Amino acid sequence: MPTLPDVTLLCAQLAAAMRPSITPQTALVGIHTGGAWIAERLHRELAIQQPLGSIDVAFYRDDYNQRGLHKGAKASNIPFDVEGAHIVIVDDVLNTGRTIRAALNELFDYGRPARIDLAVLVDRGGRELPVAATWCPQAISLPASQTLVLERDSNDGESLSFRVMEA
Amino acid sequence: MNRNPQLNAHGELQHLITLEGLSREIIEGILDTAGPFAEVAEREVKKVPLLRGKSVFNLFFENSTRTRTTFEIAAKRLSADVINLNINTSSSSKGESLLDTVDNLAAMQADMFVVRHASSGAPYLIAQHLAATGRSHIRVINAGDGRHAHPTQGLLDMYTIRHYKKDFTGLTVAVVGDVLHSRVARSQIHALRTLGVPEIRVIAPRTLLPTGVADMGVRVFQDMKDGLKGVDVVMMLRLQNERMQGALLPSPQEYFKYYGLTPDKLRLAKPDAIVMHPGPMNRGIEIDSAVADGSHSVILPQVTFGIAVRMAVMSMLAGN
Repeated sequence: MPTLPDVTLLCAQLAAAMRPSITPQTALVGIHTGGAWIAERLHRELAIQQPLGSIDVAFYRDDYNQRGLHKGAKASNIPFDVEGAHIVIVDDVLNTGRTIRAALNELFDYGRPARIDLAVLVDRGGRELPVAATWCPQAISLPASQTLVLERDSNDGESLSFRVMEA
Repeated sequence: MNRNPQLNAHGELQHLITLEGLSREIIEGILDTAGPFAEVAEREVKKVPLLRGKSVFNLFFENSTRTRTTFEIAAKRLSADVINLNINTSSSSKGESLLDTVDNLAAMQADMFVVRHASSGAPYLIAQHLAATGRSHIRVINAGDGRHAHPTQGLLDMYTIRHYKKDFTGLTVAVVGDVLHSRVARSQIHALRTLGVPEIRVIAPRTLLPTGVADMGVRVFQDMKDGLKGVDVVMMLRLQNERMQGALLPSPQEYFKYYGLTPDKLRLAKPDAIVMHPGPMNRGIEIDSAVADGSHSVILPQVTFGIAVRMAVMSMLAGN
């Protein structure tokens, strides 16, 4: 098994890669749950001026007919005007690309953005859709039977780490 | 077999016929799911694709504007195709039986029936019939049956209470009025009990109380002045004149005098009490306009929340 990446380091690398493209009009949207945690950090680190958004793609997932409504869905919160905005979707792990497809569809129900980029911490491969990250500091290869999960320390409510789980 | 006929083998909700016997976990799960659906209404495009390609039939054997409309909006915001049938003006007047109507609509590839019927048990009968004929993939939602149940109304009332009061476990809730004819009251009382409300009061004249109401775990009052003291939530019921047979009431004026919710009577409740009503209201009979339109009233938010709650129910049923 590959050594699991260090989240703090990856966040710093991701922020550094994004910095030249950030304008006062740039808005971040984190995907629940892991992406929203990363987006929180990037928002602080990059001193983003637009309020931080979050999105839960439960209502847009393509596996609803097989698996039903995802339990524990949260309300999406897009506190800026999507029309004409530069939006960066933030997620922890890029895998099949289906979550990103759902997030893109959902965002367009709020308006027509000028541009959307994708920032992820880790690309673990296994793409099933033509989706690519704009920024991604690390790629690792995992067998399809495993999932890479971002976890937040419940004690300090802050520390993030990756864990590999068998599906 | 002992299991709740609304649940599938995994204990998930398959039909929604009544709140009686549903676990706290299931009821809270619906309320939790309704939250994100409420947010959808604030978007530019008030629609999500969950029920795309599904056909929802609103089977209304009894008139209703608000309930039918909110179910229709809920289904449309889930991207379903919605077909409204007011059957009291259609097939049944030509002599077709309930189950023949259902069979015909099922043959039109229905995915969900939303059923309103004057007879208690009609939605259950439909769900049973669908299961017995190998079509249990078609979901049934009870939109009010006779005096039995109106589960989505009960759920939207619980959503409203939770929205304003946050927690159920310290509340005193009064259900006021025509309990005898009210399927809404029954659904409310079941849900309030399941969610852990410690004191549920029922306030009504003796003639409008069903026998055995105290067995539902409520305190019964016949005097508004006693019953409203210190309550957090006042849930008014509509006086259902159309269902009354015989002289249950002296006159609407007298009913208003003793059981109409006026600002004076409301002053007995807690200062931050909320006033609810399932609609349609009889102003000047069960509720004074000054209360219906006053600062304690959450009657219109109830309607808005009702859409989100129905979206949650439909999408959970169709996905389970």
